[in-house]
Amino acid sequence: MEPDGRRGARRALGRLLEAVLASRAEANAVFDILALLQSEDQEEIQDAVRACSRLFGALLERGELFVGQLPPEEMVMAGSQGATRKYKVWMRHRYQSCCNRLAELLAHPSFQVTELALSTLMKFVQLEGTHPLEKPKWEGSYLFPRQLFKSVVEGLLSPEEDRSLLLSQFREYLEHDDIRYHAMQAATDTVARVTDRHPEVPLAFWNNAFTLLSAVSLPHQDGAASSFYVKRVEHSDKWKVMHLKEHRKAFQLMWLGFLKHKLPVSLYKKVLVIMHDSILPHLAQPSLMIDFLTRAYDVGGAISLLALNGLFILIHKHNLEYPDFYQKLYGLLDPSVFHVKYRARFFHLADLFLSSSHLPAYLVAAFAKRLSRLALTAPPEALLMVLPFICNLLRRHPACRVLVHRPQGPELDADPYDPGEEDPAKSRALESSLWELQALQQHYHPEVSQAASVINQALSVPEVSIAPLLELTAFEIFERDLKKKGPEAVPLEFVPAQGLLGRPADLCAQHFVLS
Amino acid sequence: MGKARAAGARTKTPAGARGGGARPNPNPFEVKVNRQKFQVLGRKTRHDVGLPGVSRARAIQKRCQTLLKEYKDRDKSNVFVDKRFGEYNSNISLEEKMLKRFALEQQRQHEKKNIYNLNEDEELTHYGQSLADIEKHHDIVDSDSDTEERGALSAELTAAHFGGGGPLHEKPTPAPGKDGERPRSRKELIEELIAKSKQEKRERQAQREDALELTEKLDQDWREIQALLARRAPKPGNRDQERPTPDAYDVTVRELGFEMKAQPSNRMKTEEELAKEEQERLKNLEADRLRRMRGKDEDEDTKPKHTSADDLSDGFILDQDDRRLLSYKDGRMSIEEEQSGEASDREGAEDEGEDAGEGDAEDSSGSEGHADLDSDGESAGESERPGEEQRRASGHASPGGGGGAASTELPYVFAAPESCEDLKALLSGRPTEEQLLVLERIQKCHHPSLAVGNRAKLEKLFGFLLEYVGELATDEPPALGTIDKLVVQLYDLCQMFPESASSCMKFVLRDAMHEMEGVVEARGRARFPGLDVLIYLKIAGMLFPTSDFRHPVVTPALVCLSQLLTKCPVLSLQDAVKGLFVCCVFLDYVSLSGRLVPELINFLVGILYIAAPNSQSPGYTLVHPFRALGKNSELLLVSDERDVATWQRRHLALHWASGPPARTETEANHIRLSCLAVCLALVKRCVHMYGGLPSFHDIVRPLRALLTEHLASRSHPRELQELIRATLTDMETQEERCQPLICEKSRPVPLKLFTPRLVKVLEFGRKQGSSREEQERKRLMHKHRREFKGAVREIRKDNQFLARMQLAEAMERDAERKRKVKQLFNSLATQEGEWKALKRKKLKK
Repeated sequence: MEPDGRRGARRALGRLLEAVLASRAEANAVFDILALLQSEDQEEIQDAVRACSRLFGALLERGELFVGQLPPEEMVMAGSQGATRKYKVWMRHRYQSCCNRLAELLAHPSFQVTELALSTLMKFVQLEGTHPLEKPKWEGSYLFPRQLFKSVVEGLLSPEEDRSLLLSQFREYLEHDDIRYHAMQAATDTVARVTDRHPEVPLAFWNNAFTLLSAVSLPHQDGAASSFYVKRVEHSDKWKVMHLKEHRKAFQLMWLGFLKHKLPVSLYKKVLVIMHDSILPHLAQPSLMIDFLTRAYDVGGAISLLALNGLFILIHKHNLEYPDFYQKLYGLLDPSVFHVKYRARFFHLADLFLSSSHLPAYLVAAFAKRLSRLALTAPPEALLMVLPFICNLLRRHPACRVLVHRPQGPELDADPYDPGEEDPAKSRALESSLWELQALQQHYHPEVSQAASVINQALSVPEVSIAPLLELTAFEIFERDLKKKGPEAVPLEFVPAQGLLGRPADLCAQHFVLS
Repeated sequence: MGKARAAGARTKTPAGARGGGARPNPNPFEVKVNRQKFQVLGRKTRHDVGLPGVSRARAIQKRCQTLLKEYKDRDKSNVFVDKRFGEYNSNISLEEKMLKRFALEQQRQHEKKNIYNLNEDEELTHYGQSLADIEKHHDIVDSDSDTEERGALSAELTAAHFGGGGPLHEKPTPAPGKDGERPRSRKELIEELIAKSKQEKRERQAQREDALELTEKLDQDWREIQALLARRAPKPGNRDQERPTPDAYDVTVRELGFEMKAQPSNRMKTEEELAKEEQERLKNLEADRLRRMRGKDEDEDTKPKHTSADDLSDGFILDQDDRRLLSYKDGRMSIEEEQSGEASDREGAEDEGEDAGEGDAEDSSGSEGHADLDSDGESAGESERPGEEQRRASGHASPGGGGGAASTELPYVFAAPESCEDLKALLSGRPTEEQLLVLERIQKCHHPSLAVGNRAKLEKLFGFLLEYVGELATDEPPALGTIDKLVVQLYDLCQMFPESASSCMKFVLRDAMHEMEGVVEARGRARFPGLDVLIYLKIAGMLFPTSDFRHPVVTPALVCLSQLLTKCPVLSLQDAVKGLFVCCVFLDYVSLSGRLVPELINFLVGILYIAAPNSQSPGYTLVHPFRALGKNSELLLVSDERDVATWQRRHLALHWASGPPARTETEANHIRLSCLAVCLALVKRCVHMYGGLPSFHDIVRPLRALLTEHLASRSHPRELQELIRATLTDMETQEERCQPLICEKSRPVPLKLFTPRLVKVLEFGRKQGSSREEQERKRLMHKHRREFKGAVREIRKDNQFLARMQLAEAMERDAERKRKVKQLFNSLATQEGEWKALKRKKLKK
C-alpha cells in the first residue's frame, strides 16, 4: 500500500517537474512542488527537495532566472514589462522561497533531510556561482552567492541544537578555498549577530561554532594549486579569495571574534588544546591572541596548563614579554598536576621553560623542591617521569646540586622550604635538601625506587631524555612488569596460607570479616 | 714417497744449518744470505742464512742412499732384510749398538713362556739332560705306586687297558710260564681279569661282613658284661639323639648369624633439636626474604664486583662463570650451574617442598614427598601459632573426621578436570568440606609421581581453581567461606608448581587490568572492579612474598592495587568498603618492607574528606578520584546524632563489597562510621610504618590537617575521637630529622691503560677476524698447498736425479763398449800386424 502510494506520488512529482521544465505555461506547478516542501512526511520532503534541486538546477543552467537586483514581485507583476522578464522575476521569487525553505529544513529533526537540504543548497551555491544572479560590477569581477551561502552557515550554526553531524558533512566542502574563505566571513558575521541578539548565548551555539571554526584549516603555504568549489573559467589575481593573506585575515577575524566572548570552561579547554597547533600558526598577527591567552593563564588549574602552550609559542617566536612568567608557572604546580590528562604536555613545556641555563639557581631549586614535594602524592607513572625531570634540573644547574649534596651542612630541625610561599625567590628552597626523594627511595615500585636512588651517587653528566616517559601510563608499567623475566625461579611465600584474610596479625583480618 | 722424503729433508735442514754454523769458518762463497726488507719484531726468521751447496750435496747423497738403491734393485725380486738392531741408525755409536743387541738377546731368552710357572727361569741340566725332566719321571713312578695302594686300578689292569707299552712297566707275567704253548689272546686275558677282580671283591665283602659280625658279637658281650658293672653307663644311643636337638645357645647364635643386620642409623633427633632446626630454617628463609626485599642483588648482578687495574672499560665483562659444579642428587650425579652462595642456600632451604614435587619422577614413594610437604607446612605453622595448626590439620584430615559421612558417598578417584567447567561440575552443589575432599582426592590421584602427564594436569588445576574462586566471589551472595578454605589448597598447589601458578596469577591480573584499562581510556576513570579481583589480589599476596624488591607477580599486583586507588572514584558505600579493603591489602603487602605508597595516603585523605562536612581549607589537596565538591563529596558523613550514639565498633564484612550493604538508614550510618574507624586505624598504621621516613611530616601533612578538622567537629563517637587524638599525638611525637643529603663518594674512574688487545694469531699474513673454524680451515688449506708444491718439487728433483743417473749409466755403458771395441781392434790390429810381419818374414826368406 504505502510503497505504491509513495511511488504514485513520486511519479506525479516527476510529471509536474517535466511539465514545468517543458513549458513556461505550466510554471504554476512549481507551487505544488514547493508545497510538498512543507510536508510533514519525511519521505515526501526528500522527494520534493530532490525535485527542487533538479528543477532549479536546470533553470539556473538555462538562465531562466532573473539576474540583478530583484524587484518586488507585485511591482513586476503589475508592471508592463515583457512576459519573459515577468516569468524570470516570478521564477526567481520561487527560487528564493525554495532556498529559504531549504535553509529552514537544515533544522529538521531527520538527519537524512538535513543532509539532503545541505547538499542541495551547496549545489545551488555552485550553480549560482557559475551562473551569477547579479550583474558583475566590472569585467572579471569576483562573484559569489554570499547571501545564499550565509543562510547556509547560519543554518548550520544553530543556537538551539547540536549540529556536529551536519557540520562534519559540511567539513568536506571546506576543502575548497572559496568555500572556506566565505565560510569564515559568514561565520564571523553569524557569531557577531548571535551574540548580539542573545544576552545569554546557549552552549549549543558555542559548540556548533567551535566545531565549524576548528574544522577550518588553512594551507601552510601560499601558491598551492587552489581548488574552487565554484568552477571558474579563468582566475584573476585581483580576487581576494586567491590570496592566503586574505584568508589569514579572515581566519584571524573569525577567531578573534569568537574568542572575545566569554566561553564556557569546556570550550576553553578545547580551544586551548588546538591553539598551538591549528590556530596560532595561521593567524596574520599571532600576538593578538595574547589577551585571550593571558586571561586563560590566569584562570588557574588545567586551563592555565593548556594556555601555557600558546604562551610559549608567543614568547618563543613572537617576542612576547611576560612578567612573572616563572612565578606563575611555579604557582601552577599543585598535586593535581600529576593526575590531569594534560600531564605530558605540561611537563614537556615545563622542561622547555626550565631548559635555559641562564635561569637563576634559586628559581630552579624552588622548582625542584616543589616538584619533589608534590612527588610524594604522585602515582608511579608520574613518578617515573618526574624523578628524572628533577635530576635533569640538577644536572643543568650545578649550583642546585646542594639540594642533594651538602657535605658540611648543619643538621636542621625542620625543612626550611616554605611550600606556601608563592614567590620562588622567597621559598628558601636552596637552603633545603630533597628529603622527599630520599623518602621515595622506599617506594613500593622497584623502578621508582631505583629512579629515586640516583641521587645517592654523584649525578652522571648526560641528561636523561624524558620524552619517552611523558606519555607513560600505569598500564604500560603493568605490562612491562608482567613481561619482565626474573633471573631465577619464582620465589614463594614460606609462611603457609591459613585463610582468605590471612594471618590474624594482618590488617585485613583485623578489620574485615568474611560475613 | 716424495713427500715423505721432503719432510725428512726438511727436518734435516736445521740440523745441517746448525752443523754449518758450528763450523769455525764457513766458506763465504757457500753462504747465501736472504736479506730481509723489514725488521719485524717478534718474527722468527728461519731462512736468513742458507747454504745451497751443502744442502744440495746432502740431498744428492740422500737420494743416492734411497732412490738410487731402489732404482738399482728395480728388477730384483728377493730382498735382503737386515733386522739387526740399529744397523742403519747412525745416531748410535757402535759400542752402544752392541750393548743394546746383547741386552735384547738376553731379554729374548728371559721371556717367560708361562706366566704361572715361577721356576722356569733357567733350565738346569745334568749331563745334558734337563733336571726337570728327571724329576717328572720320578713323579710318574710315585703316582703309580700311589694308585696301587688306593686300589683303584692295578698295574696289570692299566697295562692291559692302555696296552702296557714301556719297558719300564714290563713285568714278567705268569702266563708265559703257565701255558707256554700258546699265548692267551687279549680277550681271554681281559675275561680272566674281570673274573679275578670280581672274586677279589666278593672276598673283600665277605671279610667285611665277618668283621661286622664279630664286632656285633663283641658289643653284645660287652653289654652283658656292662650290666654287671656297678657304674652306670650312659644311655645307649644318647649321642645319636644329642645331634638333632641342638643347644639353645647354638640356635640363638646361628639365628643371629643369619638374621638381617640392621643398618647403622643416625640417632633420632630430640624435640629441642627439631625445634632448633626449624628455627634455623625459618631464619634462613627470613634472611633470604630480607635480601630480596632490599633488592641489592639486582644491582650486584649488573655490576662486576671488582674492576681490575688493567680494565679497559671497554664493556667486556665475563658475566658468568661457566664452570659447572658436580653434585649428587638422590644418589645420581647431576651437574648444576654454580649459583651465588646465598641463592643456593635459599634453594636448599626453601625448595624442599618444591623438590619433593619436582623430583618425584625419581622419587620411589610419591606420597612420601607429599607427606614431607605437609609436615613442612604444619611445622612452620606450629612455630607461628599452635592453635592455627590444629584448625588446619582438621581441615586437612577431614576424611577421618567429620567428613566421614560425606565421604561415604564420594567416589575415591576423580578425573583431573580438563577445563574450568569440568571443575565446576565436580564442585558445584557440594558443601565446602566435600569440595575440599574432592580437590584433595584429585590431587592425590594425580600426584606427579604416579604418571607422567599428572604434572601438567595439576598445573592446570591451579588455574581452574583460581577461576573457580573468582566465580565464587562474583556469586550472589559470594561464597567467601568456601574461598577461605580453598586458599589453603591454592597455597599447596602453588608450592608444588610455582612457575605455572605465577603465570596463572599473572594472567588473571592482566585480565582484570585490561578490563579496567578499556574503561579508563574511554572515560578517564573506572568503577571499582568486582570482589573477585580484590580477592585475587589478596590471594596473590598470600602465595608470593610481598616484600621482595621485585617479584614477577607481586610487582604487577602492586601496580594493579595502585590503579584501583587512583582510577576508581568512590561513588557508594560499597565502593568505600572495597576501597578500604584494597587499602588493607596494600598495607599488608608492604607491612614487612615498610614501603611508601603515596596513592594510599591520597585515598585515605579522600576517605577522611568525604567523612567530614565539605570545607576546602588549606593544608591538603584532593587528587584525582575524589572531588572537593559534588554528589559524593559527603558520602561518609553521618549527621544523625542517634546513629552516632548507638554505633558500636564492628568489623567490616567483605560481602558488603558485592551487594548493597545496608537496608535501613541507621544501618548505613553505622557502616559509614565503621568505615571511618577502619580508615582511622589505617591512618594510624601508616603513621607507625612511615614514622622513620625522612620527610614523614610532609607525607602526613594532609592527613594531619583533616584529622584536626575531624577532631574539631566533635560529632564522632568517643571511641573514634580517642583514635584520632592518639593518631595525632603519634604524628607529633615523631621528631623531624633533617640531615642534609650527601652523595656517596664514588670511586675515581681508573685511567685507561692501553694494553694491546691480544688475539691469537694462527698464521702470519692470513686474514684474521673470521671464525675459528674458518681460520683453521684456511690454515690447513694453506698448509696443504705448500706441502703439495713441495712434493711436486721433490718429485721433479727425483726425476732429474734419476735421469742423471740413467744418463751416467748409458755413458758408462757406451764408454765400456768403446773401450772394448778399441781393445778388439787393438788385438786384431796386433794380430794382423803379427801376421803381416810373419808373411814379410816368409817373403824375405
